[in-house]
Amino acid sequence: MKTRLIPVLLLKNGQLVRSESFQTHQILGNPVHEVERFNQWTVDELIYLDISDDDWIDGREDMKVRRESSALGILESVASRCFMPLTFGGRIRTLDDVRDRVQRGADKITLSRAAIETPSLITEAAKSFGSQAVVVVIDAKANGAGGWDVVYDHARRSAGRSPADWAREVERLGAGEILIQSVDRDGSGEGYDLDLIRSVTGATTVPVIAVGGVGRLEHFAASVVEAGASAAAAANIFHFVELSDRRAKRAMAKAGLDVRL
Amino acid sequence: MNLAIVNYGMGNLLSVRNAFASLGAEAEVVEAGQDLERAGAIVLPGVGAFGEAMKQLRARGLEEALHREVMERKKPFLGICLGLQLLARRGHELGVNDGLGWVAGEVRRLDVAPDLRVPHIGWSEVEGRGPLFAGIPDRTAFYFVHSYHFVAEDPAVVHGTTVYGHRFTSAVAHENVVAVQFHPEKSHKWGLALLANFLAFARSA
Repeated sequence: MKTRLIPVLLLKNGQLVRSESFQTHQILGNPVHEVERFNQWTVDELIYLDISDDDWIDGREDMKVRRESSALGILESVASRCFMPLTFGGRIRTLDDVRDRVQRGADKITLSRAAIETPSLITEAAKSFGSQAVVVVIDAKANGAGGWDVVYDHARRSAGRSPADWAREVERLGAGEILIQSVDRDGSGEGYDLDLIRSVTGATTVPVIAVGGVGRLEHFAASVVEAGASAAAAANIFHFVELSDRRAKRAMAKAGLDVRL
Repeated sequence: MNLAIVNYGMGNLLSVRNAFASLGAEAEVVEAGQDLERAGAIVLPGVGAFGEAMKQLRARGLEEALHREVMERKKPFLGICLGLQLLARRGHELGVNDGLGWVAGEVRRLDVAPDLRVPHIGWSEVEGRGPLFAGIPDRTAFYFVHSYHFVAEDPAVVHGTTVYGHRFTSAVAHENVVAVQFHPEKSHKWGLALLANFLAFARSA
């Protein structure tokens, strides 16, 4: 199997944004225009995460943006023109929210805060749509004692448990994939937190997607080669580095990984 | 040709419909058995559990209608992912359940070494043959998402294989019935090429 490379697109109030430490969000532009580029590159997969706090929509650019700017409208629009796997997450609280995303063209949905507050939703969603459709996002922050705590609500609250422990639990509850995200490395460009990723891959048997910290194309491969992840993901670098997908794939191939070129 | 996509409540049909639409084929999403009568060709997509899928097909009167249209009237049929697995006589996912039984075989869990993760999610190469793969380079990678695989009794029906731990069947074909374990509607241009091949196969039938 080919090792997957996955761009993550962050949506906030209908705009594509860059994130740093889960706090600073710089607007990058129109999420529907941007996806055309990823489609032309024939990327392996795309993950959209809606990190808006509310339903307010920033439709300042033009009418087209205004019309398509709700996150669900963006999903529908992307699904109608991109023939690749789409994961959609953010603001999912109920089974109806899951169904709504799947019906609009999401192959997988992500649960983060809802997984912590209502763990039974993981099982319900897996029963209704299959485990393969349920990705649990684990946001982790260093706890100052040499380990990490699972955090949620934009990293403002702690769930009081370790990522490895929570990963084991969500797999048991029916998650088909786990996305492990380092809050500390978000937007840092320092590379993945390999110890964090390793702690999760060591605790689970489902595929693990690593995200958080990629600043150079050479960073991608380590998540797989050194930390056992199944897929390497990133957000910011895909917007700021020319031809990032092709060049990242070449760097991964150079590191000995079998990738789709 | 009237193309019908069977909706039995199992997964993302929109993508399959969108993919055919991009090829100029407007498909009708069909939920009732009698609606299959006017179909020229039938697509059975689906993700989820084997037993639940058969239960849904039966509850909607679709098992009988599919049998009539595909097995008796020989309409061209494409199964995708779970739509391939359901062709088997039996599935071993969450207990043992009877399938459609159109192709001799069983569906079993992927049996891989502990260093490989299940579900098998991602792009894997397919060694394919036959009309579905016409014009597609050998060993093209397609997108897979599954934990179970089809074990065929008769090797003659195997039209595609893929390695994940072991070599498994990733495409089958028997008379008017063709099916793939991967998701052509999620596999960029070569996935669309495979769907176009199915349309050509259906039109020539």
